[in-house]
Amino acid sequence: MTDNQVGVGAADTAAPLVSPVPAIELHGVVKEYRVHGELVQAVKGVTLAIAEGEFFSLLGPSGCGKTTTMRMIAGFEDPTRGTVSLHGGDVTGVPADKRDVNMVFQSYALFPHMNVWENVAFGLRRRKTPEAEIKRRVGEMLAIVDLTGRERRRPRELSGGQQQRVALARALVNRPRALLLDEPLGALDLKLRQAMQTELKRIQREVGITFVYVTHDQSEALTMSDRIAVMNNGEVEQLAGPREIYERPATAFVAGFIGTSNLLTGTVDRVDDGCAVLALGDGGRVLVAGSAHAAGDTLQVTVRPEKITISAERPSGRVSAARGTVEDVSYLGTYTSYAVRLPEGTEVTVFQQNAFDSSTTAEPGDSVWLSWQPHHSFAIGS
Amino acid sequence: MSVKSAPAPVPPAPVPAAPAPARARSGGRWADRLLRIYAVLLLAWLFAPIVVMIVFGFNDTKSKSNVTWQGFTVKWWGRLGDYPELMTAVFNSVTIALLATAITTVLGTALGLAIGRYRFRGAGATNVVIFAAIASPELALGASLLSLFVSTGVQTGYATVVIAHVLFALSFVAITVRARVLGMDPSLEEAARDLGASPWTTFRLVTLPSIAPGVVSGALLAFVLSIDDFVITQFTSGPLTTFPLWIYGAVRQGVPPQVNILGTLIFGVGVVIAITHSVLARRRVP
Repeated sequence: MTDNQVGVGAADTAAPLVSPVPAIELHGVVKEYRVHGELVQAVKGVTLAIAEGEFFSLLGPSGCGKTTTMRMIAGFEDPTRGTVSLHGGDVTGVPADKRDVNMVFQSYALFPHMNVWENVAFGLRRRKTPEAEIKRRVGEMLAIVDLTGRERRRPRELSGGQQQRVALARALVNRPRALLLDEPLGALDLKLRQAMQTELKRIQREVGITFVYVTHDQSEALTMSDRIAVMNNGEVEQLAGPREIYERPATAFVAGFIGTSNLLTGTVDRVDDGCAVLALGDGGRVLVAGSAHAAGDTLQVTVRPEKITISAERPSGRVSAARGTVEDVSYLGTYTSYAVRLPEGTEVTVFQQNAFDSSTTAEPGDSVWLSWQPHHSFAIGS
Repeated sequence: MSVKSAPAPVPPAPVPAAPAPARARSGGRWADRLLRIYAVLLLAWLFAPIVVMIVFGFNDTKSKSNVTWQGFTVKWWGRLGDYPELMTAVFNSVTIALLATAITTVLGTALGLAIGRYRFRGAGATNVVIFAAIASPELALGASLLSLFVSTGVQTGYATVVIAHVLFALSFVAITVRARVLGMDPSLEEAARDLGASPWTTFRLVTLPSIAPGVVSGALLAFVLSIDDFVITQFTSGPLTTFPLWIYGAVRQGVPPQVNILGTLIFGVGVVIAITHSVLARRRVP
C-alpha cells in the first residue's frame, strides 16, 4: 500500500522511510456550521490515519465533506470536535501558516502580481531561507515541473496546465510533510487531465511526500491512489485500496458511486457450503461466497457489469444465474453494454468485452441468461 | 488543374476579399461621423470653462475684475504672492486634502475590505449608510455637521474641516475598494497563509497589491473631492479659509488672475495624477 515511499530526492527533510507514526491522523473530527441559524454537520465524526508517503484520496460527490476535511488538515477550518494530528503532534487549532503542510488550490490561487519565480519562492522567503538556497531549490523545482525558462512569466501568461504546475511547484518547493490537493485537475480538459494524473504520480514518487488528494472523479482516484476514503454525507463510507473499493464495495453508496454497479435484493434461501443462495424469480439464483448470513436474511447484493456473462442457455455449475430480457444494446468501442430486465423488474447492466469480434451476442427483445461467479457477488451493508 | 472547362466551382471571391472589413456600410459611415462630431462637441463643452480659466491667467487686465480680454501677459505668474491670504488659503486646501486623503484611504480601505469580504452583524446596515452618505445633499450634511459641532462645543476650524472631508470621502474609497475585494479570489489569501505568511504579511504581500488599484482610485477621488469642496467646508471651517472659500469671498470685489493661475496649477497636477493612474491601472489589471 505504501510502496511509493521508495522515493528519491528531497529525502533530507523527510521522516524515516517507514514511519510508525501516521503522517496525518484525524480522530473523531466533526465540523458543524450554522447556516441561517440552523446547525449543519458538514463532517460527522471522521477518524482516519494516512501513512507517510502515501497517495491518499478523499473521494465523494460535492457536499460530502471531503473539502471541509482537507481544509481542517490544512488549518483553514477548526474542527468543532475531534483532533487533527500531523506526525503524531496534535495541531488542532494551529493556524495554517504554522503547519508543515501545503496545499494546491482548485483555482491554483497563484499570486497574479508576482511572476512564476516569485510565486514559487514565496514560501521559502517566509521561512527566511538563505537567498542562495532559494535560488537552487526554486530552480530544481521548476525543472521537476518542466517550467524552466518561464521564471519571469506572470501567471496569466501561462496555460492552464502550466499554471497548475506552478501551483504544484509553489507548494512542493517547501518540502512539506504532506501535500494537500483540492481537485487540482478539475479545470483542465480531459487530455491534459490524464497527462497530469501520470505526472502527479511521477512527482509524488520522485519527492516521496504524502499526498492527500480531494476529488469527485472516481477514475482519477482509482488511477492515482494507494488508498481511497469514499465519503458521503460527512462520513467515510469505505476506506481501502482502489482494487478493494471497486471489487468489494462496502456499501450501496460506494457500489453506485464507483463505476457502474448492479444492485440485487433477495432473501437467503439456504446456505450451501459457505455460500448463501438467494432465489430469484423464474428459476434464477444468486450465490454469495463467504457471506456470514443465515437463511431468511434479506440481502442486497452488488455485482459489477463486466463480471457478468450473457448466454442463450441456462449456465451450468456453481454460478449465479438470472433470466432476463435484453432491452438495450450500446456498442461502446472496447466493450458493448447491455441493459437486461429481470422478471422482478430490476435492470441489470452487463459489459461484454469486444475482444474477438464486435458482433453482438444478443439483440433487444432476446431472452437471455446472465451468470457470474459466486465470489463476484457482494453482500453490502445499509 | 483545369480538367473541367465548365463554370469553375471555386468562386473568384478571394481576390477582392481584402479591403474594408464588414464595418463601413453606407449608413454606418454617417453614424460614425455623427458620433465623432458629438464626441468633439461634448469634450469642447466640458473643457471650455477650463480653457477660459487657463487663458485668463494670462490676461493683462487693468481693472479688478478679470472678465474681458485685454492682452497677453505672464506678469501674474510672478506676482502670485500679491495676496498672502490667498496663498494661506491654498496651503490650507492642499494640506487638508492630503491629510483627509491619508486618513480616508486607511479607514476606507479597512471598511471596503470588511464589507466586501466578511458577513457580520450590521453589514447590510453599513452598506446602506455608505450609500446614504453619498446620496445625501452636501447642504444637509454640512448643516448637520455644524449643528453637531456647535452642540458638542467643538471649535470649528482646521480639524473640523478635516473630519468633515474624511466623512464624505470615506464612502467613495470604501466602494472602490469593495469592488476590488469582490473581484479577488479569496483563496489567494489562504494560499499565502498556507505558505507560511502571517496575517499581516498576507495583507501586505497579497491582499494589498490585489486591491491596490481600488485603493489608488479611492484615494484620488478623496483628494479631488476634498480640495475643491465648498459647501461642507463653508459650514465647518469657522475662521479658516480654504481656496474655494477665498475665491467665493473675492467674487464680490473681482477675482484676480492669480486665482486662474492657481486653478491652472491644480488642474495640471490633477491631469498628471489622472494620466499616471490610468497608465498604472492598465499595467496592473490582470
